[in-house]
Amino acid sequence: MNQWGAAFLWILDPAHLGGPSGILARLGEHVWYTLITLVIAVLIALPIGLAIGHTGKGRTVAVQVSGGLRSLPTLGVVTLLGLWFGIGLGAPLAAMVALALPPILAGAYSGVDAVERNTIDAARAVGMTGWQVLGKVELPLALPLIIGGIRSACLQVIATWTVAAILPLGGLGRFLYDALPLRDYPQMLAGSILVIALALVADGVFALVQKVVVPRGVLAGRVSEVRVKTARPHAAVSAEAGRP
Amino acid sequence: MTWLLANLDEVWQLTVSHVALSIPPIILGFVLSVPIGWIANRYRASRGTLLTLSGILYAVPSLPLFFMLPSLLGTKILDPINVVAGMTIYAIALMVRTAADALASVSSDVQLNATAVGFSAWRRFWTVDLPLSGPVLLAGLRVVSVSTVSLVTVGALLGVPSLGFLFINGYQVSNQPEIIVGIVLTVAIALVFDGLLVLAGRALMPWNRRVRVPRRARAAADTVGVS
Repeated sequence: MNQWGAAFLWILDPAHLGGPSGILARLGEHVWYTLITLVIAVLIALPIGLAIGHTGKGRTVAVQVSGGLRSLPTLGVVTLLGLWFGIGLGAPLAAMVALALPPILAGAYSGVDAVERNTIDAARAVGMTGWQVLGKVELPLALPLIIGGIRSACLQVIATWTVAAILPLGGLGRFLYDALPLRDYPQMLAGSILVIALALVADGVFALVQKVVVPRGVLAGRVSEVRVKTARPHAAVSAEAGRP
Repeated sequence: MTWLLANLDEVWQLTVSHVALSIPPIILGFVLSVPIGWIANRYRASRGTLLTLSGILYAVPSLPLFFMLPSLLGTKILDPINVVAGMTIYAIALMVRTAADALASVSSDVQLNATAVGFSAWRRFWTVDLPLSGPVLLAGLRVVSVSTVSLVTVGALLGVPSLGFLFINGYQVSNQPEIIVGIVLTVAIALVFDGLLVLAGRALMPWNRRVRVPRRARAAADTVGVS
């Protein structure tokens, strides 16, 4: 447990805080890279995902492309693009965006896909146009799953930028790569703690957003997630009785 | 291609060790998450805690996790156990929610029928709940398999041999073919594993040729990414 003490001392050491390779600078780089990656990925994947969910076309292709992208090892993609395009933000950024697309895409199309058919029919029956159905019915109802997709993407992007610190771009992963050849375990542990803290904070923020964006009407109608299954009275009663 | 032919031996060894590192986490993850998923369903009070916990584990990025495990497990940093343990943690984190959803997707009418004709809880689990949640479990397992095979490469940064070594070495000596060989072989292993899982699913669930996965579980499986 000494190592943990040393790691926390390392983090708290004022000498490691400021400066161009200090914790604040590295954290700033990491957050900044993550944000631009996410914004670009959302701008690309969200419209496509919504279109797939709304029209029901292209789902198979999207699933296959997503599956293919998922099986690509990030470390390999990052190093290869680093060699191809040399030093600079462009190449790794493109790789990160590509790897962030599948979860956002999947969140968007499965979110729209999961909207009750009856609800959409009702919206059409009262005279909504296709765009209105998308904007006023499908999008709000799909929002929790859409945010869920962006949440997955965000975690993945934070993790991958850590790995991508093998390229000379900075980010919190730099602490790990710098400490590795020196076998400086406290610094490795400190860097790991910082990345994990960042990921957990980001995850928490998204979890909160996911709760907030659920439309009020949906919450009012839903008693609880698990009880939906046993809504029929006879099943509910006998399910309790039948449990050993 | 010439690079591959010249280094066939080394590449083969790395491939073998990559496969050897990937299999235990996939199996362990599956075997451990089904009971956890079952507990999450059976005792509703535990569901929130267990699912939140697995969500948090899932949020931990792989590289820092690998670095952290030696001090938690008391292992050496070069020990392959770190990678296996780390990947198992991921497999569980990914799989617990799927397992819970899969077991919850079994129709309560069917469960009641089984209980009514005298199945014990134990027998009902093995002969009714588990087979019926098979398709969803399989979908989850396929995601776990793909992400494990791809993430094992990251372990090479700690010095644990896998195809990831080709990426690091290839980058250091500016050898693109080496990296490409590594990527192609990693994807190939993932595809082979996926094919084997699909075949195993067909063999074990012959009644379910067309896999129909409930929307909610499918959405959950689709949105997960590799970190």
